[in-house]
Amino acid sequence: MERQSRLFSIFVHASALLLAAVILAPVVWLFVMSISPAADLSAKPLSWWPSDIELSRYRTLLSAIENSAGAAFIAALINSLMVAGMATLAAIVVAVPAAWAVSRTPAVSWSLYAVIATYMLPPVALAVPLYMGLAYFGLLNTVFGLALVYLTILAPFTTWLLKSGFDAIPREIESAAMIDGARLDQILRLLTLPLAAPVMATSALFAFLLAWDEFFYALLFTSDLRAKTLTVAIADLAGGRVSDYGLIATAGVLAALPPVLIGLIMQRALISGLTSGGVKG
Amino acid sequence: MSANWISTRAWLLMLPLLVVMVSVIGWPLVDTVRLSFTDAKLVGTEGSFVGIANYEKMLAGSNFQRALVTTTWFAVVSVAAEMVLGVLAALLLHQQFRGRTALRALMILPWALPTVVNATLWRLIYNPEYGALNAALTQLGLIDSYRSWLGEPGSALTALIIADCWKNFPLVALIALAALQAVPRDITAAALVDGAGPFNRFRFVIMPYLAGPLLVALVLRTIEAFKVFDIIWVMTRGGPANSTRTLSILVYQEAFSFQRAGSGASLALIVTLLVTVLAAAYAALLRRAAGAA
Repeated sequence: MERQSRLFSIFVHASALLLAAVILAPVVWLFVMSISPAADLSAKPLSWWPSDIELSRYRTLLSAIENSAGAAFIAALINSLMVAGMATLAAIVVAVPAAWAVSRTPAVSWSLYAVIATYMLPPVALAVPLYMGLAYFGLLNTVFGLALVYLTILAPFTTWLLKSGFDAIPREIESAAMIDGARLDQILRLLTLPLAAPVMATSALFAFLLAWDEFFYALLFTSDLRAKTLTVAIADLAGGRVSDYGLIATAGVLAALPPVLIGLIMQRALISGLTSGGVKG
Repeated sequence: MSANWISTRAWLLMLPLLVVMVSVIGWPLVDTVRLSFTDAKLVGTEGSFVGIANYEKMLAGSNFQRALVTTTWFAVVSVAAEMVLGVLAALLLHQQFRGRTALRALMILPWALPTVVNATLWRLIYNPEYGALNAALTQLGLIDSYRSWLGEPGSALTALIIADCWKNFPLVALIALAALQAVPRDITAAALVDGAGPFNRFRFVIMPYLAGPLLVALVLRTIEAFKVFDIIWVMTRGGPANSTRTLSILVYQEAFSFQRAGSGASLALIVTLLVTVLAAAYAALLRRAAGAA
């Protein structure tokens, strides 16, 4: 491929343009809808470029006037942040010791495969008892209950990612420190965990994105502003009688912003995680 | 330190995870099995033992058979399209062209977009009155009048598959690209010198490097596609005329819309069994591929 013919080069550039258009067009259109005046969006023929830049929807959704669309949106945003934050924290706390143990003790690694296998379970297989259990403990429609349920997804996933992370840290370092007389807790605290900090951060980000993205359990286990997450709020908007499609688009842009920014900034780490650890669907 | 102590220590460190897994996955799964043999309702009635009546009813019902066909079609077509488009995009991104770094970075966009936002976006694009697809096709002169892409049984599932592909093929492309970059340059150069054409270079030189990562992506994508719920719920709720009702949607309706916890649980376990068989078949395939390589 050192010398490319001119024709081949033209073909490559044309294909690249096509690919860029396919990737960008829907995303750009979402953004254009969010800043177009409502009249533009219902015009026939459709005008593809906003006649005027309309930012009022962003103001509406981000202002917390009581009983407004904004109050509902902000409540959902806070719920999403809390659920994803709590679930991620809990997943990392239980996954770090387990992942280290599995990485350093091959004899128990079969248990990890049992944990990973649960990742293939369809959520519908757990949904009915989880619903009844949450109802029994009064945790339906609470952020805490939803975060607990999210551990079904986050805990196996982070354990798997962290295990490959610990595998990459040579155990000889730990053995050397042990010969020098360090206790296990010192080794973990001063040596292994600092070395594993990057992979822990990546795993936490992945877990956060998974929780941010989750819809099925949130749809089942939340019913109003006290616990409804962004994904459910957006699905409500999309399926409801909202006449301004621009408002739906604006909510979509705002909900997509955190993961898209994380994705673009963390590109390299995400891709190496994707190719080594697993694939998020 | 004795081997015994090391193994005990490992189990102690795993204890928090195991406790969590047993209480949020193990117990619910066992309870789903129990419920599947009862006529329990979601709220109120405890239900009594009915044997395998739920399973018989569900398996014999036309709803299940139709949902199974719909799910299989969705999974096979969308995953196949994602694989082909993904590999093509990866081969392109591996070439030299201006803006390559930027385009590679852009590929993360559809993957990063939350599933529900993606579904909402495509729902707006397919809108029968004001949607961008109708507008674009009309302005290009390809259709005479606006169509209800998600409202007609003939086109709804295809429209869903396109939306799903758009979100997921870039991920396959990124995985394939990482594999392509691992192909040693001297091998492709040697094949070129030996006079191998583009097809033979791809088939015999590059494909062996791609096969492993692609097979893993294929397995995971197929399992995900078989469990599909979110995108369908947001875009069509299984309609129109149940033409997009997949197995997960059917279980949701049975257990939660109709509150029939017992038969819903039996249906959920049938789906679980299907996914497990699929996964086991793939695992065997992966092991064979690994053995052959």
